[in-house]
Amino acid sequence: MAETAASPTPAKTPAEKDLAVRTSPAGSLRDAFAAGSLAGTVEIAELPFLTMVGIRAAAGSDAARRIADVTGGLPARSGDVAGSGDISVLWLGPSEFLVVAPTEAHESLGGDLIQALREALGGDAGQVVDLSANRTTFELTGPQARSVLEKGCSLDLHPRVFKAGTAYSTEIGNIPALLWKTGEDSFRVFPRASFAEFLGRWLLDGMREYASPEVP
Amino acid sequence: MLLIPCPNCGPRDETEFHYGGQAHVAYPENPNELSDTEWSRYLFYRENPKGIFAERWVHSTGCRQWFNMLRDTVSYDIKAIYPMGAKRPDQAGAPAAESGTASLAADSTTTGTAAPDISGTSISPASAPEGATK
Repeated sequence: MAETAASPTPAKTPAEKDLAVRTSPAGSLRDAFAAGSLAGTVEIAELPFLTMVGIRAAAGSDAARRIADVTGGLPARSGDVAGSGDISVLWLGPSEFLVVAPTEAHESLGGDLIQALREALGGDAGQVVDLSANRTTFELTGPQARSVLEKGCSLDLHPRVFKAGTAYSTEIGNIPALLWKTGEDSFRVFPRASFAEFLGRWLLDGMREYASPEVP
Repeated sequence: MLLIPCPNCGPRDETEFHYGGQAHVAYPENPNELSDTEWSRYLFYRENPKGIFAERWVHSTGCRQWFNMLRDTVSYDIKAIYPMGAKRPDQAGAPAAESGTASLAADSTTTGTAAPDISGTSISPASAPEGATK
């Protein structure tokens, strides 16, 4: 590329070049997200291209134990999130899990997570499938994040019930999505790629009222 | 909207689920031996009780698992949730009533462990109207 000769920035690695030409499912909303975010109230951003791997392995089987060794544990019941370091495993069903890891863990960028999971499963019954392109990730943060989500999600999101570190597969804005509470005021929402723009706009619409002063 | 207690995920909105029709309709032992009438009864004839009905549901937006449910078709009260292959909880140990119209073998859906009956009510007719099967 022409800029590499003139620009003082270090030359891009092939992985960075690869990411630069990719378009994330909600990439078209990047400016809208920036404009709609209200610092200190509620902010939204897309975390594009996280590595996600779908796992199916019967609980208690040898394959599940080997996979748990790679990921740092498998969740046992609905809502649980297991994992270690920057790898998290969300519970999707009694024998179905979703591994979420940083972008760099993907094999196209030189990561070895998926290969390690495949080797852990071996020839046993089950599956390890790269689902990185299946869903995208929205991060909704701020003290009003919960009330924005409550407009489209019928789960009880009150902190007394929905603790940080739990994740549920549910409906948000009438579409199926995963909702993961990562901190007291921060949520990650995983819509399917084809729903990403719809849900992004739904959340932006839910955030709009907080831009105005509260009506007493 | 129904609030359905998924056995894996807890109470969730009805919109997260899909309906699977009447429970305890067993696949015929040997479909090749059935007459067209018997086959059509297996395929198309289902209970339509006023009262308790055993039906299948899948939590399609959540854990994607099937389960059985006893629901009152009048009040929409959910009386019981029980696993696929289990007997109807309200008929465990009860003497078999007359067999229903939809099922040929009196079996449960998945395992064949003798749930002897599909009709939870006394209003089900003993057989389908003759003209309907012709």
